[in-house]
Amino acid sequence: MTRGRRIAPVLALGLATVMVACTSETGPPTLTWYINPDDGGQAAIAQTCTEEADGAYVIETALLPREASDQREQLARRLAASDSSIDIMSLDPPYIPEMAEPGFLAEVPEELQDTDGIVQGAIDSATWNDELVTVPFWANTQLLWYRESVAEEVGLDMSQPVTWDDLIEAAAENDLYLGVQGILAEALTVWINALVASGGGEILVNPEAPSDELELDLDSEAGRRAAEIVSRIGSEGLGGPGLPTADENASMNVFQGDRGSFMVNWPFVYPAMAAAESEVMDDLAWTTYPRVDPDTEAAPPVGGINLGVGAFSNHIDLAWEAVACIVRPEHQAEYFVTNGNPPSAIEAYDDPSVQEEFPMADAIRDSLEQAEPRPQTPFYNEISIGLQDTWHPVSSVDPETTPASSQQFITEVLRGERLL
Amino acid sequence: MSAPTTTEARAHGRRRKRGSDRARSEARLGWWLAGPAFGLMLLVTLYPILQATYDSLFSLRLTAPDEREFVGIENYAVILTDWAFWRSMLVTLFITVVTVAIELVLGFALAMIMHRAITRLRGIIRTAILVPYGIITVVSAFAFFYAFDINTGYINSWFNWVPGIDESFNWFAQQWPSLFVIILSEVWKTTPFISLLLLAGLAQVPGELEEAAKVDGAKGWQVLRKVTLPNMKAAIMVAVLFRALEAFRIFDNVFIMTGGANNTEVLSLLAYNTSIGRLEIGMGSAISVLLFLSVLVISFIAIKGFRVDLSGTRGEN
Repeated sequence: MTRGRRIAPVLALGLATVMVACTSETGPPTLTWYINPDDGGQAAIAQTCTEEADGAYVIETALLPREASDQREQLARRLAASDSSIDIMSLDPPYIPEMAEPGFLAEVPEELQDTDGIVQGAIDSATWNDELVTVPFWANTQLLWYRESVAEEVGLDMSQPVTWDDLIEAAAENDLYLGVQGILAEALTVWINALVASGGGEILVNPEAPSDELELDLDSEAGRRAAEIVSRIGSEGLGGPGLPTADENASMNVFQGDRGSFMVNWPFVYPAMAAAESEVMDDLAWTTYPRVDPDTEAAPPVGGINLGVGAFSNHIDLAWEAVACIVRPEHQAEYFVTNGNPPSAIEAYDDPSVQEEFPMADAIRDSLEQAEPRPQTPFYNEISIGLQDTWHPVSSVDPETTPASSQQFITEVLRGERLL
Repeated sequence: MSAPTTTEARAHGRRRKRGSDRARSEARLGWWLAGPAFGLMLLVTLYPILQATYDSLFSLRLTAPDEREFVGIENYAVILTDWAFWRSMLVTLFITVVTVAIELVLGFALAMIMHRAITRLRGIIRTAILVPYGIITVVSAFAFFYAFDINTGYINSWFNWVPGIDESFNWFAQQWPSLFVIILSEVWKTTPFISLLLLAGLAQVPGELEEAAKVDGAKGWQVLRKVTLPNMKAAIMVAVLFRALEAFRIFDNVFIMTGGANNTEVLSLLAYNTSIGRLEIGMGSAISVLLFLSVLVISFIAIKGFRVDLSGTRGEN
């Protein structure tokens, strides 16, 4: 009995705590914004917009995993279970159709549908079935980074468009390493897609079809050209010994090494190398992504983050209000300066602080205008992993057979006849 | 579920022949003590197993719940006719056999050291040997990964005198070197577990038997082979079985070090990639069910085939 008496106050205290917790809900509604990890920029914008809302809502951030694929897994699992705690989401573009198709995303309201003044690459990546299903926030693209001294030494005129063949020849003849991403991960898909798209092809012919009717077009002239490029870099060791495990950070290290020369990479490398006081900073220059065919414009990769609102949120209207605040050009400009993530709003590039902090801002904006997104389909994950499985390591790619066998493998996986 | 009840019943039968009330009340007490845990186990293991078995009969994708379709055993047919599954099975079996073999030898040596160490050092030695087992697998996997990684690792520069290893050797670019690092990490991490089980077995070997053998003129090696090992056979088999089941379900090391690249994908990773990565709940459940059946088969072979007596470790024999 003494025990019972001892437990009773504890229980009462517990109940009281629960009741206090419940009553505290009567303040302004809290919007939870699921963010990808960054340098605190999204949390800062959440703070600013909360203050601006003046009691209409409070934005709290919740951190998602580091890898985009892990972010997708968590959000998809929660949304499949109708999680009402998801108000705003920072979404990686390739996975947007997968979330939009089953109705996991709330409809974008009329006032946010206006895409004037947004870079084309970001609009494409926010669209599914000809409808804007998310709102572009920041937009990423890859540039060709190079060391001026090296370019001069190998005799490449960087003021003219450069092709992959130029880079390969230069690296092969001068014993240099190219910074490319050959790891078994999303980065490899980004590379393959950019090569196929730059060669005038497309990985997926009918991205909006159901899984068993999706048609790939890898077994094509563009697919074989892409295979030729990656296989030459792989088999001749032009990506360095670390190529089969090289992600974006690893290629940045190769680029800064003794045999570093040219690198395709996202703009994060600029603040990263500057912060590390890298020796190459004085020698660093950049230009648009390399071409596959000398007479056709390159199709650089596009990434970034778009904002979506969860369909099961209890505060959908307020969430869209908050999104409108978050994506304002001045917030994007500040986010670029503080976190190194480029804006999707063209206007933000003219901000003086942006121009000062990122001398390559105009190159990024132009690159974003000509960028091509990765295949937009709810089955993107299958296509991406299927590509990685069949094209990794790139040294084993055979331009004659890999595109065809890769296409057959992915098609069978999509039909449910093969494991991935 | 049926295995423990039949052993229980047999034990009952043997005791009932002696007709003791005490045995019956002991058995009842046993149920009182173990019953709640047993019930809880059923709740948390049986339910997911049944759910997974049910889901495995459907074509079901988490992001397309409305398109759920009954497909019978089609998922199993796809899996069992796919080389990817058998390749994962072979890789898993290879890792299991190699790690258990190495760990058995190493673990026995460590158990001997712990058993024989002078009393003053015993505590320190046992703690030192057990430290790796106390480390979380993910942490040890990262430690080994960073040690061998071409960008951050120091192994290449420490061992550059070994033929084939130099600064530019990428351990995680090919199948065999990747498997080598994965197995090394497994062995480092779990040898203490096997040596602990073997130590329990060693402690059960009556000292007088060994002494008698020595008096009869047996050499150290002969004592080990003819007296010690036969007397701890039960402990060895239990250690091998437990460790084999654990090794067969390897996940963390492969997930962190290679993510399944270069043909290092193991069965658990295949199940994870299908259910969690692709969100194909139907197909993923089918792989999980097959993984579960494989574990059952291993246990069955060990218990029936090699006559592992699980009660051996309880000191009942």
